[in-house]
Amino acid sequence: MHGISRRGLLKTGVAAGVLGLSGMPLRAQTRGGKLTAGLSGANTSDSWDGRTHSDLFMIASAQGAVFDSLTEIAADGSLKGELAESWEASADAKTWTFNLRQGVTFHNGKSFGADDVIESLQLHVAEGAKSAAQPIVAAITEMTKITDNQVQFTLASGNADFPYLMSDYHLLMYPAGQTEEAIAQGIGTGLYQVQSFDPGVRMVATRYPDHYKGDGAGFFDEIEYIAINDNTARMNALMTGQVDAINRIDFKTEALLRANPALRIQEVTGNQQYTFPMLTDTAPFNDVNVRRALKYGINRQEMVDKILLGHGAVGNDTPIGPANQYYAADMEQLEYDPDQSKFYLQQAGLDSLDIDLSASNAAFEGAVDAAQLFQASASAGGININVVQEPSDGYWSNVWLKKPFCACYWSGRATEDWMFSTAYEAGVPWNDSQWDEKDSARFQELLLTARAELDSDKRRDQYAEMQQILRDDGGVLVPMFANYVQAVNNRISSPDTVGNLWQMDNARMAERWSVA
Amino acid sequence: MGNVLKIILQRLALGLLTLLIVSIVIFVAVNLLPGDFAQSILGQGATPEAVASIRADLGLDQPPVTRYFQWLGGVLQGDLGTSFAQANFASFTGTDSGATTVAQQIAPRFANTMFLAMVTAAIAVPFSIMLGVLAALYRNTVFDRATNIFTLSSISSPEFFLAYILILFLAVLNPIFPSLSNIFEGMAFSERLEKSMLPALTLTLVVTAHMMRMTRAAIINLLASPYIEMARLKGLSPMRVIVKHALPNALAPIINVIALNLAYLITGVVVVEVVFVYPGIGQLFVDSVKIRDIPVVQACCLIFATAFILLNLTADIMSILSNPRLRHPK
Repeated sequence: MHGISRRGLLKTGVAAGVLGLSGMPLRAQTRGGKLTAGLSGANTSDSWDGRTHSDLFMIASAQGAVFDSLTEIAADGSLKGELAESWEASADAKTWTFNLRQGVTFHNGKSFGADDVIESLQLHVAEGAKSAAQPIVAAITEMTKITDNQVQFTLASGNADFPYLMSDYHLLMYPAGQTEEAIAQGIGTGLYQVQSFDPGVRMVATRYPDHYKGDGAGFFDEIEYIAINDNTARMNALMTGQVDAINRIDFKTEALLRANPALRIQEVTGNQQYTFPMLTDTAPFNDVNVRRALKYGINRQEMVDKILLGHGAVGNDTPIGPANQYYAADMEQLEYDPDQSKFYLQQAGLDSLDIDLSASNAAFEGAVDAAQLFQASASAGGININVVQEPSDGYWSNVWLKKPFCACYWSGRATEDWMFSTAYEAGVPWNDSQWDEKDSARFQELLLTARAELDSDKRRDQYAEMQQILRDDGGVLVPMFANYVQAVNNRISSPDTVGNLWQMDNARMAERWSVA
Repeated sequence: MGNVLKIILQRLALGLLTLLIVSIVIFVAVNLLPGDFAQSILGQGATPEAVASIRADLGLDQPPVTRYFQWLGGVLQGDLGTSFAQANFASFTGTDSGATTVAQQIAPRFANTMFLAMVTAAIAVPFSIMLGVLAALYRNTVFDRATNIFTLSSISSPEFFLAYILILFLAVLNPIFPSLSNIFEGMAFSERLEKSMLPALTLTLVVTAHMMRMTRAAIINLLASPYIEMARLKGLSPMRVIVKHALPNALAPIINVIALNLAYLITGVVVVEVVFVYPGIGQLFVDSVKIRDIPVVQACCLIFATAFILLNLTADIMSILSNPRLRHPK
C-alpha cells in the first residue's frame, strides 16, 4: 500500500484492483489446514441477512468469509477493491462510477454483475426493512446499471468517503433474483463456501475453488467458527487447544494467557470508545460551561488504568481515534483539573452541581465502576454525581438517548465523516448528545463541506477544527479508547499488521491468516 | 391395579393444570422483564420506528392477554408457533417459507439434552447406588465418612464451580477430556460421548449425593428388621444380606429419588450447558430469555415442566407398585 496515497486511491481507485489481485503476502503463507475459532457475539437469531448483523460471529462468518462487499478496508486501514475493481468520482463527489470485477461467480455458479449490486443495496431501503445501513443506501438517489460490469451511483449530496461506506459489513452482495435463497443458505462470492450453519452454535465453511482472490488470500482449506459467548469457556477452549483463536480476552485473566508460550496475544488500539453522552438540549447540559466543568472533572488516565487495566488510550472527547486518517494527534489533551471544573461552574453561575449519571454494564464492561470513578474525581471540583444503576435489559431503549447523562459505547467508524454523520450530525437518530444546529452551527457546516471535499489537505484542516470544537464544546465525554484484545495459538500465523477497526483482524482472519 | 390407573389419570389431569399455570407464570414473568424482543434484537439501533415496525410484524403491539390466548390456542392445536427471531427474519425476506417453527428449532436441542441426561444417568445411577450400598455396608467407617463428605460437598457447590474444577483437572492440567462440548449432528457416537463426558461428570457430581444418601439410609433402616437378623443368623455374608435381602425392600424410596434426579438432569442443565457450550435446550433457553423470544421460552418451560411432572408421576407409581401395602390399600 505504501507509496500510494489514500487520496490517489479515492480519486481513481484504478490501482486498487491491482493491489487486490496481488494480495501482497507479508510472509510466505501456505494454503491448507483448518482454522477453528471460538467467537463471542453469536445468537440463535443469527442469519445470513447482512441487515441484521451487529456482532462479531456473523460479521466474521458473512463479510469475513462467505460474502463480499464492493470495497474492503485492508489491515493497515487503506481502502481496496473487493468486488469493485476501481471507481471514479465526479468533481463534486456526487456521482460515483464503480467498475466491477469480471468473471466472479457466486457459490451456486451464477456470475456476479451490476444487477446483483443494485438489488443487494436496495434490500436496505426496502419497505419495512430494518437495516442499520439504511442511511448509507438512502443517501443514494439513483443507481444505474451502465453495463453488466459498471454501476453508477448518484448521491443526494457529495460524499468523498462513499467508497469507504461500501465496505460496511451490512452491505453484502447477494445474487439478484435469488436473494431469499442466498440468505437462507448463505450463497455469496466469498472465499469460503458454507458447509453447515447452526445459528448460535457453529458455522463450517470450505475454501471455494478458483476464487477471484487467487492464492493471495483465504489460506485455509476449512474454517470452523464455534459460538462461545461465555468468557471463561472461550478461554478454556483456547488453553486446551480445542480452538486456535478467540476474541475478546477478559482483561482480568489476560496475564494467564500471556504466560502460556503456545499462545500469543494480539492487541490493537482502534476506534472502539467508551463514552458518557449528555443531552445538550436539556438543562444543565445546555450550558457549555457545565459541559466544560465535567470535561475537567473526569480522570481519564485513571479510567484507562482501572477500567481497561491499561488496555486502551485516553480520549479527548472526540470520537475520532488513533485508527482514523485525520486523527488530530497534536491537539492538546484534556487533563483532570478540579480547579478548572470549579472555574467553569462559576462561569455557569453555579457553586456546585448535582446531576444524575445513568450507567449499566450493558453500555460497556465496567461502566458502573467507571461512573463511580467519575463520581469520586468530579466531587473535588464541586460536581456531585449521583450514579444511577440502570438495568441492563432494555438499556439502549430506555436509558440511552432518553436520560440526560448516561454511559455508552461506540465501535467507531473507518472514516471521520461516517462517525460524525452517524452520531454527531444534527437530526440523525443516533445523535446521542442532541448536538444540533443551534449549538454547533460551525461544526455542522464543516461536516457538510468536508464530506464533499476531495482535497486531502483541506479536509485534514477541516476535520482538525471539528475535533477541536468537540473537545471544547461537545456534548459527549470520550474518556477512553478500548483496545481490541484477542489471542491466537502458534499453530496459526497472522500478518504483522492486524486490522484495528474490528475484533479479529477486522473479522477477516479466514482471509488473512494461515497455518504456520 | 384399577386403583393405580385412577391415580395416573388423576395425576395427569393435575399435570395439565400445572402446565397451564406454568405457562401463565412464565408469560407474565417474561413480560415483566424490562425490554422486549424488538428492543433487545435491535440493541443500540432501537430507533422508535424500527421497534414499532418489528412489534407490528410480530404482533407484539397487541395487549398481553390477547397474545397469551393466541399462543394458547396454537398450543392446544399442537402448534408451538414460530420463534420471534425466525418470524422477524422471515419478515425481512418477505416470506415465511424459510422460517423454522419452534418445534423444529427445539427438537435437535432437546435430543442433545436427552443424550446428556442419559449419559449422566448411565454413570450416576449405578455409581450412587453402589456407593450407597458400600456406605451402608461399611457404615461409620472412614470409607463411609469420606464418601459422605465428598458427595455432600459436591452437591453443596454451585454447578459452575464443579464444572471449572473438572475442567482444571481433566482438561487443562491432564488433557483427558475436551472442555468444549460442541457436539453436532453427524458426529460419531464415540466422539459425541467423549465430548459429553465433562458435562456428564459435572451433573453426576451434582446428583450423586441425593441418590447415594437415600440408598444408604433406606438400607440401614432395614438392617434392624427381624428378617435381616434372620438372614444374618443363617450365616450369610454382610454383602449378600444387603444386596439380596435389604436392597429389594429399600427400592421404593431409592426409585423415587432417582426419578426426581432424572428430572433434574433435564431441567437443571442450564448452567452446565452454558459452561461447556453444549448445544442443548438449556442454552437455547438462556439465549431466548436474553432476546425475550417468548414462544421459545414458553416451549422450553413446558418441556421442563412436563419432564418434572412425568418423572414425579413415575416416581410415585413406581413406589406404589414396589410396595404391596400401597398397591392394595385397606
